[in-house]
Amino acid sequence: MTKMTVTLRVWRQAGPSARGRFVEYAAEGVSPDMSFLEMLDVINEGLIRKGEDPIAFDSDCREGICGTCGFLVDGVAHGPDRGTTVCQLYMRRFTDGATITVEPWRARAFPVIKDLVVDRSAFDRIIQAGGYISVNVGAAPDAHAIPVPKSVADNAMDAAQCIGCGACVAACKNASAALFVAAKITHLNLLPHGEPEQHKRVVAMVDQADTAGFGSCSNEGECEAVCPKEIKLSTIARMNRQYARACWFDR
Amino acid sequence: MKLESRIPGGPLADKWDRHKFESKLVAPANRRKFTVIVVGTGLAGASASASLGELGYRVLTFCIHDSPRRAHSIAAQGGINAAKNYRNDGDSVYRLFYDTIKGGDYRSREANVYRLAQVSVNIIDQCVAQGVPFAREYGGLLDNRSFGGAQVSRTFYARGQTGQQLLLGAYQSMMRQVEAGSVTLFPNREMLDLVVIADRARGIVVRDLVTGRLESYAADAVLLCTGGYGTAFYLSTNAVNTNVTAAWRCHKRGAVFANPCFTQIHPTCIPVSGEHQSKLTLMSESLRNDGRVWVPKDPSDTRPPQQIPEGDRDYYLERRYPSFGNLVPRDVASRAAKGVCDEGRGVGETGLAVYLDFTDAIERLGANVIRQRYGNLFDMYQKITDENPYRVPMRIYPAVHYTMGGLWVDYNLMSTIPGLHVLGEANFSDHGANRLGASALMQGLADGYFVIPYTLPNYLAAAPVPAVTTDHEAFTEAEHAVQARIDRVLAVRGSKTPREFHRELGRLLWDDVGMTRNAESLSRALTTIPQLHEQFWQDVRVPGKPNNLNKNLEYAGRVADYLEFAEVMARDALERRESCGGHFREEFQTADGEAVRNDERFAHVAAWEFTGVGRAPLRHVEPLVFEFVKPTQRSYK
Repeated sequence: MTKMTVTLRVWRQAGPSARGRFVEYAAEGVSPDMSFLEMLDVINEGLIRKGEDPIAFDSDCREGICGTCGFLVDGVAHGPDRGTTVCQLYMRRFTDGATITVEPWRARAFPVIKDLVVDRSAFDRIIQAGGYISVNVGAAPDAHAIPVPKSVADNAMDAAQCIGCGACVAACKNASAALFVAAKITHLNLLPHGEPEQHKRVVAMVDQADTAGFGSCSNEGECEAVCPKEIKLSTIARMNRQYARACWFDR
Repeated sequence: MKLESRIPGGPLADKWDRHKFESKLVAPANRRKFTVIVVGTGLAGASASASLGELGYRVLTFCIHDSPRRAHSIAAQGGINAAKNYRNDGDSVYRLFYDTIKGGDYRSREANVYRLAQVSVNIIDQCVAQGVPFAREYGGLLDNRSFGGAQVSRTFYARGQTGQQLLLGAYQSMMRQVEAGSVTLFPNREMLDLVVIADRARGIVVRDLVTGRLESYAADAVLLCTGGYGTAFYLSTNAVNTNVTAAWRCHKRGAVFANPCFTQIHPTCIPVSGEHQSKLTLMSESLRNDGRVWVPKDPSDTRPPQQIPEGDRDYYLERRYPSFGNLVPRDVASRAAKGVCDEGRGVGETGLAVYLDFTDAIERLGANVIRQRYGNLFDMYQKITDENPYRVPMRIYPAVHYTMGGLWVDYNLMSTIPGLHVLGEANFSDHGANRLGASALMQGLADGYFVIPYTLPNYLAAAPVPAVTTDHEAFTEAEHAVQARIDRVLAVRGSKTPREFHRELGRLLWDDVGMTRNAESLSRALTTIPQLHEQFWQDVRVPGKPNNLNKNLEYAGRVADYLEFAEVMARDALERRESCGGHFREEFQTADGEAVRNDERFAHVAAWEFTGVGRAPLRHVEPLVFEFVKPTQRSYK
């Protein structure tokens, strides 16, 4: 199988308050069947052998479901493929001799920890604010006590697929977390089990996103374009509608 | 050492109820006086944190990820079993119990498995109430599918992302407790030692993975929920950061390790494509509901699959196991795949693959139905292989997936160190020598939601222990030991990367302690593993400093622990002179290649006690008593 050579321009930043810069690396003998992260593994192996600090990047499941990995590839969150996390991006997608720029998510609410690794704990704080249904263990009725129309369950599942990677924030010019928040609100508020807390939930989560320093949504749709789970922009419309209604009910 | 399983007496169906009643309670007002450490936030850890938080305990929860939602339970695809019998197809608690015992090849405890089957129904109720969007039928009720080793449909699922949805449910419940103040979360922390004071587990030492600082935490009990050891093999379906470190450090502090040779090789994974590969991707067992497994009859047949006529194909699972067909348990399906590839009938570039073909199902049901059922799996397959499985059969091959062995626990999920409880895949308790599909999610949530909330209070209430703080000398000693190990690995400054050692270990284990083993291969492994271990400490290269984010330092520590651990895995496999479940010794098989158990000599749990690095561990035995199910040769024919 033919091997490729690519040049990488990678953002290197030693720590949260250090100054970062782009550093060029040549990746030789790249197999088209390698994933992008496996290509980075190979570069890092070379750096370690030379006694240099390898490029820090996050990844875990390497099958697109844990949401750990993510950075900008040529300015696009998770790279050029639609509906794909960067761990599922394969080198066959690039041309031999290409120069590829790699940089971390850029958002005030996601401070850089090192190189391509950012702190996304703000997402956990949003879930903590209301992204759950309050049911204690042991208190649940039989699973069939409340039938849920298939279409409702399917729509909830579409939204529930969010992996919390942060690509939506990275792609947004306002660094808004609207798609992340809306996905969880849509998932829980659509289901009859989530209905009792729907107003409280939407207000608490949206307010927490503001507090965490995420920007506002101005309906550009970049988030939907890069979302590896293809969460729909319409979830944001639903969230905004519910937020307005909740504010009305609360008063 | 005597291994006391503490199985309650009485009829099987009454044991758990009786045990719950006989267990001591902690009154609501007293619960906040107890601190409980939970390590790991997969299904077991997140569900335990949530339920203990709800009860009012002071819970400290740790995970190695930047967010607890990233634990590897998230990647489980196919589903979760429960004995709801919503299909009216003959399921019951007893049948789920029976299938699990039989699936585990009669190497698990009856009482534990029965309890698991009993609480399975509560898990589904709980998850639905939390908002887990399980697949539903048009009437609005829950849908089910079938999984291997069962002739009923009892598996609940959320597309091919059941683990994700169950984990998010548990994670959200836990975050609700964080908001309520009962759970305190410590992400980016790796547990590097267990602190034992007066023979009881009283705390842990962790490394803050961002700052590199070592931190100590004291508690009244420690729950270890840190998953399995599948990545010992380097290539597996597990996430790349999964590791045995926390469990191994507990083992070195006195917790015995049970059945480490019981590893599960999953039959349906995307085959290895090259040297660079960092992990293998599972294609859910649920695919075997509609996919048919085959290879060409003739080893020299190199035609593309679509051009091979029906008569020249060997649907070997359907041929050998007519009653279970493509849905035989994982160990059986994996060995059968290896068998046909060893005969030279494997397909693809490497010859290490078999076809999983959906042509018939697509003709019968239409591509849309198949897309609804498995769409995300088909997409994932296409991304990785660049082939369209709607048109061309998938190529699959077995890969390391799950580990049935783990730290030994009694019926209360407590290890041999009082106060140290072990939940989920990290313990050994419920799956015997082979786990059935869709049972890992069931066990993780059973342990966290419905077992530990009853058994932990019994420990806390029964044994009031003096309060300790992290000023105690045992914490200082543990921190020093951890620091010394970090300094040591950084000081080697050799020429090989941690990954090179890990890959080498993986290759060695796959070849000699893999899908099939024999006395010769295992004895060889017992020579080569210590050699590799020694080489590691002479020649590993870990750049960077200990006082910041240093992923290679983390990785090197995990590889070092695997090098110690691998030896006991091989030793356990060597000592267990029988074939059972995932442990297939080539010397012990029938003429047609089925496993031959030796119930007279090996109907027991083997649990290993640590005696020092480089020294032979001690083997202890817990006999397995079968009062209700008579062990027979497993037959799926």
